[in-house]
Amino acid sequence: MNAETPSAADPGQPTAPSGEPQGGVSRRAVIGWAGAGVALGAAAAGSVAAATLRDGDSAPGAAPSVDIPFYSDHQSGIATPVQDRLHFAAFDVTTGNRDALVKMLKDWTKAAAVMTGGREVGSGATGLAEAPPDDTGEALGLPSSRLTLTVGFGPTLFEKDGVDRFGLRAKRPEALIDLPKFPHDNLDPARSGGDICVQACADDPQVAVHAIRNLARIGMGVVNVRWSQLGFGKTSSTTPEAQTPRNLMGFKDGTHNISGTDADALGKHVWVAPGEGPEWMTGGSYLVSRRIRMHIETWDRTSLKEQEDVFGRTKREGAPYTKQQERDAPDLGAMPEGSHVRLAHPDSNDGLMILRRGFSFTDGTDGLGRLEAGLFFLAYQRDTRKAFVPLQQRLAASDRLNEYIQHVGSAHFACPPGIRKPGEWWGQALFG
Amino acid sequence: MSARRRTAAAALLSVAVIGGALAGCSKKDDKASADAIQVNASDTACELSKTTFPGGQVKLSVHNKGTKSTEVYVYAAGDKIVTERENIGPGTHVDISAEIKAGSYEVACKPGMTGDGIRQKITVTGEGGATAKADTRLQDAVTAYQKYAQEQADATIPVVTQFAEAIKAGDMEKAKGLFAPSRVGWERTEPVAESFGDVDPKTDTREDGLEPGQEWTGWHKLEKSLWADGAITDADKKLADQLVADLTDWQKKIPQAEITATSMANGAKELLDEVATGKVTGEEDRYSHTDLSDFAANVEGAKKAYDLLKPVAAEKDAELAKTLDSEFAAIQTLLAKYKQGDVYTSYDKVTEAERKTFADSVNALAEPLSKLAAAVVVN
Repeated sequence: MNAETPSAADPGQPTAPSGEPQGGVSRRAVIGWAGAGVALGAAAAGSVAAATLRDGDSAPGAAPSVDIPFYSDHQSGIATPVQDRLHFAAFDVTTGNRDALVKMLKDWTKAAAVMTGGREVGSGATGLAEAPPDDTGEALGLPSSRLTLTVGFGPTLFEKDGVDRFGLRAKRPEALIDLPKFPHDNLDPARSGGDICVQACADDPQVAVHAIRNLARIGMGVVNVRWSQLGFGKTSSTTPEAQTPRNLMGFKDGTHNISGTDADALGKHVWVAPGEGPEWMTGGSYLVSRRIRMHIETWDRTSLKEQEDVFGRTKREGAPYTKQQERDAPDLGAMPEGSHVRLAHPDSNDGLMILRRGFSFTDGTDGLGRLEAGLFFLAYQRDTRKAFVPLQQRLAASDRLNEYIQHVGSAHFACPPGIRKPGEWWGQALFG
Repeated sequence: MSARRRTAAAALLSVAVIGGALAGCSKKDDKASADAIQVNASDTACELSKTTFPGGQVKLSVHNKGTKSTEVYVYAAGDKIVTERENIGPGTHVDISAEIKAGSYEVACKPGMTGDGIRQKITVTGEGGATAKADTRLQDAVTAYQKYAQEQADATIPVVTQFAEAIKAGDMEKAKGLFAPSRVGWERTEPVAESFGDVDPKTDTREDGLEPGQEWTGWHKLEKSLWADGAITDADKKLADQLVADLTDWQKKIPQAEITATSMANGAKELLDEVATGKVTGEEDRYSHTDLSDFAANVEGAKKAYDLLKPVAAEKDAELAKTLDSEFAAIQTLLAKYKQGDVYTSYDKVTEAERKTFADSVNALAEPLSKLAAAVVVN
């Protein structure tokens, strides 16, 4: 072995371009050395620019695969481009010890900064022979895969069964309501709620799972996983110039989603403005998650006309009724009454928009031989009371899609603004 | 595919070079790999790069060059297991680390994972670098733990004898009452008992753990007769005697147990692993539902090992010791809620939500406990 083999970081030393000083060996360093024969020549002519290259860059037509910066005014994983895979986890806090919770949030933030940079947690996936490694290791050799980690705080963190558990009751935002029951809801408590959530999105499911697993491990004794959801095939994008993805019903989803680069729309619909509720939420956003089961089998034996009538768009092109192209301005009046797009369109809702970031899921079968599949709906908004709630009330009342779907899980979280620099931590302004 | 890999590698190398000071603790790794004993295991051979080497923290670097999965054991006299690793696939490499004291041992490779294996004698000399500076407090801890293990075995024999007598007398109720108490000493020191490879399969095997052709003997066979079958057969009466004999064998072997500070600390973690995989799920005592009695005994045994190592642990990692103190206290407080007199709540009466609380509590303790070995023996 080479004495320069990077097997662990020297604390306090910058280890990567993002400037995160806390630990973190580049996971791919291991592979880099192992397969160094050919690579050496390239490295000799290498440069700082080369250091930021990622796998996908050399593949023609592939999406650019650079790390998504962890440090930012807003949390990444909201307006940043949507990745291909999701592992979402809702945690319950099991301790009453506020200091332990704060310490965990600090540890989580450090680990998140490291993992989103494609580096190893703590002193790495190997180390002392006598101790279990800090990092669980399954992401060794993998790039960051555009991993983002986004945290949110649920209503029960502020108050549970009437108890002010951590002295946070007074800081609960009014917008962080207990969601009302909507018609047709059939919510499973074991798949709903949670004190804290972490949304891990990455282009590689192994990277997303690794992130949640390592955070859960760090959190042992403080939190446990209440429920979690794996997702694939993003159903909405924040990059409208790219091809609109499809949901499991085969329809394009999110044609009119908010663009991640449209600062005006983000400011108007997604980010909490100064003075709206408690200061700690300024620059944050409210997240609603809904696990929406699709009755796949009945949908599949529905005629094409009925399917298109349900959405108000054509299946292959995604064109609004009476129009030719997906992005043609829809004539809502030409769409069938109760069609999904007609009901959900901003023009039917006083311009209301939410930022959708959902994923498809398939969790095996349901015991009756039917796919346990659907849409794990994730929506970010500036004020849930003025966005998801009125929209869902309208949809639950008359959406033709309701015949083919059922909402089976639900949660609501307040996602604070971003971590701006090393040393800050998730929830600092809330707990501080 | 390979082109993309190379690009990645090139990029990385630049990171490493620019990052500069990444060397960190690679020195330790280099030393370990340089000192490792190479073990080349094949279908017909078990070759070691050295058969005489200094004691202390020993690393075996095993390469399975055969076509079958293999196992590697280090045995002390009488086939007492010092360390072992199962399921080493063909073409794979694993490192096994163990603290080995001066003495004569045998390394066994078991291609196909059966039989006594292909043996190599090894000699471990006394001049080990890692043991040279051994903390006398750790030696005291080992001595005290050895005494504890002996006491637990000594106290088990009379109880298990009463249990056997009750079975032979056909007294179902009395036998049921003595089943869980007869296991306490064993459960408290299970890693020690398991280090005598032949005792555990005879006394503590569950029905699903039987290998083809293996006769089912021991506690859990009797448990099934008492609770599930509701009948004591003549065969059971013989098994009761055999259980006493096997446990007496265990009792006599304790002085030969290879106990080190590392194995104590790892043993404490293993006891919590036992709880996590067998007790919390209710698999261990599936007929009697006396899992919580075993659970409590596992925790008590782990705490004993920790308490003995604590003077060193608290000095080297005060934060860890503080966490372990509070988590041991928390889990014992939780268990106490399920104890009425000397008897724990039957596990079939423990709800799913309560079981989750137990699982959380075990995770909260076992995660920091896994750091104890390194904390007490490194540096």
